Amino acid sequence: MTAYFDNAATTKMGRAAIEAMLPYFDEVYGNASSLHSMGQRAKEALEEARATVAACLGASPAEIYFTSGGSEADNQAILSAAKIGERKGKKHIITTAFEHHAVLHTLRKLEKEGFSVTYLTVGEKGNVSAEEVAAAIREDTCLVTTMTANNEIGSVLPTAEIGAVCKARKVLFHTDAVQAVGHIPVDVEKMQADMLSLSAHKFHGPKGVGVLYARKGVALTSLIEGGAQERGRRAGTENVAGIMGLAAALKEATAHLAENMKRVTALRDKLIAGLSRIPHSVLNGDPSARLPGNVHFCFEGIEGESLLLLLDDAGIEASSGSACTSGSLDPSHVLLAIGHPHEIAHGSLRLSLSEYTTEEEVDLALEVIPQVVKRLREMSPIWREKTEGKKPFLLP
Amino acid sequence: MALYSEKVMDHFRNPRNVGVIEDADGVGEVGNAKCGDIMKIYLKIEKDVISDVKFETFGCGSAIASSSMATELIKGKPLSEALELTNKAVAEALDGLPAYKMHCSVLAEEAIKRAILDYYQKHDLPYNEAVFADVLHEEE
Ligand SMILES: Cc1ncc(COP(=O)(O)O)c(C=O)c1O
Ligand SMILES: [Zn+2]
Repeated sequence: MTAYFDNAATTKMGRAAIEAMLPYFDEVYGNASSLHSMGQRAKEALEEARATVAACLGASPAEIYFTSGGSEADNQAILSAAKIGERKGKKHIITTAFEHHAVLHTLRKLEKEGFSVTYLTVGEKGNVSAEEVAAAIREDTCLVTTMTANNEIGSVLPTAEIGAVCKARKVLFHTDAVQAVGHIPVDVEKMQADMLSLSAHKFHGPKGVGVLYARKGVALTSLIEGGAQERGRRAGTENVAGIMGLAAALKEATAHLAENMKRVTALRDKLIAGLSRIPHSVLNGDPSARLPGNVHFCFEGIEGESLLLLLDDAGIEASSGSACTSGSLDPSHVLLAIGHPHEIAHGSLRLSLSEYTTEEEVDLALEVIPQVVKRLREMSPIWREKTEGKKPFLLP
Repeated sequence: MALYSEKVMDHFRNPRNVGVIEDADGVGEVGNAKCGDIMKIYLKIEKDVISDVKFETFGCGSAIASSSMATELIKGKPLSEALELTNKAVAEALDGLPAYKMHCSVLAEEAIKRAILDYYQKHDLPYNEAVFADVLHEEE
């Protein structure tokens, strides 16, 4: 038996999304810019998908721009706001220290171009408050960009409150909702978001397709020059099949949101309760404001990659913020942001669930993980020193 | 996962010589706090020959596999031969490591050098400082 616990990385596609895509490969394969019937049928489908997505987000269709995914949407949102700000002489941006790299690396680029960026600390719990955002806003702030939910540790940010602060202070507000959409309620009106990013493959849609929502009046800068697709804001022949898959997956997720949240949260809490029994471990991320599908622990005395490899042998497919896994030497910036020393940050494990996760998978994880942690600790020199009292334990 | 060769996975899954030697003649611990790999080697030495060796490792798959392979390569060997072990030889014996994982195999080579140096120093034996230049340098 294998158990897939890496839904924050990507999800399996749902039947509804697959079936929604199929006709657009060899039946309605026209270019949506073509004037003939084949092209116009594709165009109609595209606009239908746009209306579906808009309805699910509380937006209007003219505010939906299809992109190649979450990363592109994040890049475009931030670079557009920077352009708007620059024209008014405003070159300050506020974000959090634990954003996705699609946001952080875009901001780094802007810093090189003379923008200043405030990275709000996220504290031990891994969250920020609207008050902290408010306090960081300056005369020259042109954008606040905070994620709706964190991809590693699952914290859900007070996005509606942050949106209200931004609106009151007349600062553009973007939220990276890639991990939130399809998993918790997301409504651009309630969040008062001016821009929002989402990605289909995180909610059982296809990979390589996403959306940038931009409120009417927010002038987007195109990242890709060429044809006049997406009302001149994103050139390139539309990925019609992908977009149909995205819309169908979003519709499905929205229709079953409440029941899925309830089921997944129950499984999540069973995992958290079980793994909390492992001594010298800690649950990372906000314990209450938390994605239904996120479980994230650090286990003292062991390293994340070897944990993942042994779990994979036992049929558990999970992920970790471990440095040796990603190829860089530093552990996850998210775990460092919540104040873990390197040693603890290296021993991390993320289990991310979806509505396809079963009770059997959870039971397998609860059986296997404590054994694997124990096995690795038994060969760890750090663990020995701690158990022999030569070094202090860092986690209770 | 195809990240590693079969050999690496074998040594990772079934590491040889894991454990401690309570009355070791030489102990060497090296660690790269940033990377998150720490390795400790225990040696039992009889007449300049490594009669027994054990290791403990906190680290990634290639760190554990490198430790295991390195201990196999020096077990029963004279100290002079063990001192010639390079991380490249460890990696080759494992049928290769991904380029960004080579630094994990360096630890095995260094831990062995350090354990042998510890043996010489504890027993007041003469040694050639040049051979230990790398590990002596780090101590400064
Ligand atoms: C929070 C967050 N933002 C952005 C992205 C990037 O999305 P995509 O993979 O569609 O480019 C991801 C997914 O990796 C994510 O989790
Ligand atoms: Zn390593």
